[in-house]
Amino acid sequence: MWSFFHKLGSPPWMYRISGSILSWLLPLTLLLLAVGSIWGLLYAPADFRQGNSFRIIYFHVPASVVALAAYYVMAIAGAVSLIWKMKMAEVAMKSCAPIGAALTFLGLISGAVWGKPTWGTWWVWDARITSMLILFFLYLGVVALYQAYENKAAAAKACAVLSLVGTVNIPIIYKSVDWWYSLHQPATIKFTEESTMHSDMLQPLLLMILAFYCLFTCSLLLNMRSELLRQGAGTNWVREQVLARRGTKGATDAV
Amino acid sequence: MKTAPLLPFLRASLRRQLLLAYRRPVDTVNPLLFFLLVVTLFPLGIGPDPSQLSEFAPGILWIVALLASLMAAEGMFRSDYEDGSLEQLLLSPQPLYLSALSYVFAHWLLTGLPLTLISPLFAMMLQLPAEALPVLLASMALGTAVLSLLGSIGAALTVSLKRGGMLISLIIMPLYIPVLIFGSSAVRFAVFGNDSQPQLLLIAGMLSLAIALAPFAIAAGLRISVDAG
Amino acid sequence: MQFDSLAAALAMDGHGAYVWFVALVTFAVIAGLLLLPSLSSRRFLREQDGILRREQRAAQQQHTEVSHASSS
Repeated sequence: MWSFFHKLGSPPWMYRISGSILSWLLPLTLLLLAVGSIWGLLYAPADFRQGNSFRIIYFHVPASVVALAAYYVMAIAGAVSLIWKMKMAEVAMKSCAPIGAALTFLGLISGAVWGKPTWGTWWVWDARITSMLILFFLYLGVVALYQAYENKAAAAKACAVLSLVGTVNIPIIYKSVDWWYSLHQPATIKFTEESTMHSDMLQPLLLMILAFYCLFTCSLLLNMRSELLRQGAGTNWVREQVLARRGTKGATDAV
Repeated sequence: MKTAPLLPFLRASLRRQLLLAYRRPVDTVNPLLFFLLVVTLFPLGIGPDPSQLSEFAPGILWIVALLASLMAAEGMFRSDYEDGSLEQLLLSPQPLYLSALSYVFAHWLLTGLPLTLISPLFAMMLQLPAEALPVLLASMALGTAVLSLLGSIGAALTVSLKRGGMLISLIIMPLYIPVLIFGSSAVRFAVFGNDSQPQLLLIAGMLSLAIALAPFAIAAGLRISVDAG
Repeated sequence: MQFDSLAAALAMDGHGAYVWFVALVTFAVIAGLLLLPSLSSRRFLREQDGILRREQRAAQQQHTEVSHASSS
């Protein structure tokens, strides 16, 4: 048990193991994304009220769901790094923020585009879109705070504290935005009646959500690998990676 | 070494904050002037129509209070960080949780309380009906305390950075949103003669949660900042 | 398949522009999420490779100079 934790803290071990995970997870992710997209775009039935614009759900909902989950992953990694002073958790936390921001951005864009045929306008101050926008700001805050620190060890700690504060706040923010929206709710079409969703529509959606979770994991591992290499610049194991890369490229460009 | 008893220590720390502020009154007055200025901008921007102004007044007052509090939060640890007294505080045996709380309390006394007390004046300028004033005062008093607590987290995390000003708004403003929602809606309910007790209780709940948790984040932030500097 | 032809799939009864735009943005974001970190790793390894080569060359040069000096 403890040896596993020690291994987890070792950059070369993590670099190697993440490489072997990626070698099968990356193709699987691409496959899931391809199958889910084609299923959702071409084979799933159209919604009887919204028609084909409903297909945006297959990108909007997975992106939004995983964007929120990514914040919790980031906060948990931050907590681990603060409590057990685990270097690897810092790397994971730092790598989560840009991915989460990108997914939140995707959720916002797809929500806005979905709004045009549904509500007739690009932007509605709907409870969910507003919460999403706030989540985007929370991510940007973490990224900006990390960038602002010269000392990257301090930056990781500061971001860990900020993401924990954000975690406590997210439920409060979501609840208050919900309440605010219910107070001001305009008389527009409600299109969020999930209960009526047919299983033919639900299956590709669940597949896409799974695919996005895999995508998040892949991107997280790739980001962590890049960060591990940079932090380990000058150490033996990074030199080995450099030499290994030279070996695979062959002798063509040898001096 | 004999450690100073806790209560006198906190009292001394609070007294020191207030004394420092008394010697530099500009820092205390500036947020209030900012409040006044922005409140003046709104009628110029959206027109002087009293009915329209009174409709927007709860939102305007709360947004401006939020910005004023944020502006004041930025500098709250700055001078103590620069002259090294923050480092002394971290080394002292007293629990940092309580020292952080005393900083926040001093900050609230110097910004939140004056903002609350002066808000009826601005409410009058924005044609807010007088019936809403008690609720405005109560929501401001509770809400600015939450703002002070959250703002100090941002201030603690950014105090060692050269250009923390913009950054603190970026990291703290999203956290202010629940206070803004419930604060302005409490006042709006009061304008229409509805019971705004639920909102006030919710803000009080947030205040309790913030008092319980925020000092930990402030203390952690200060440690990180001092170590990084 | 819900659509009779490729044209119908692209048009999606007038909603095609929205749906396909979102799909394209999604694929772009996915590509960015996977490619950017990989490219950044590769660039770093290339930089390090260059540094390593320079160091080796410098060491070799020093070595030959030293041997040259000792032989003369």
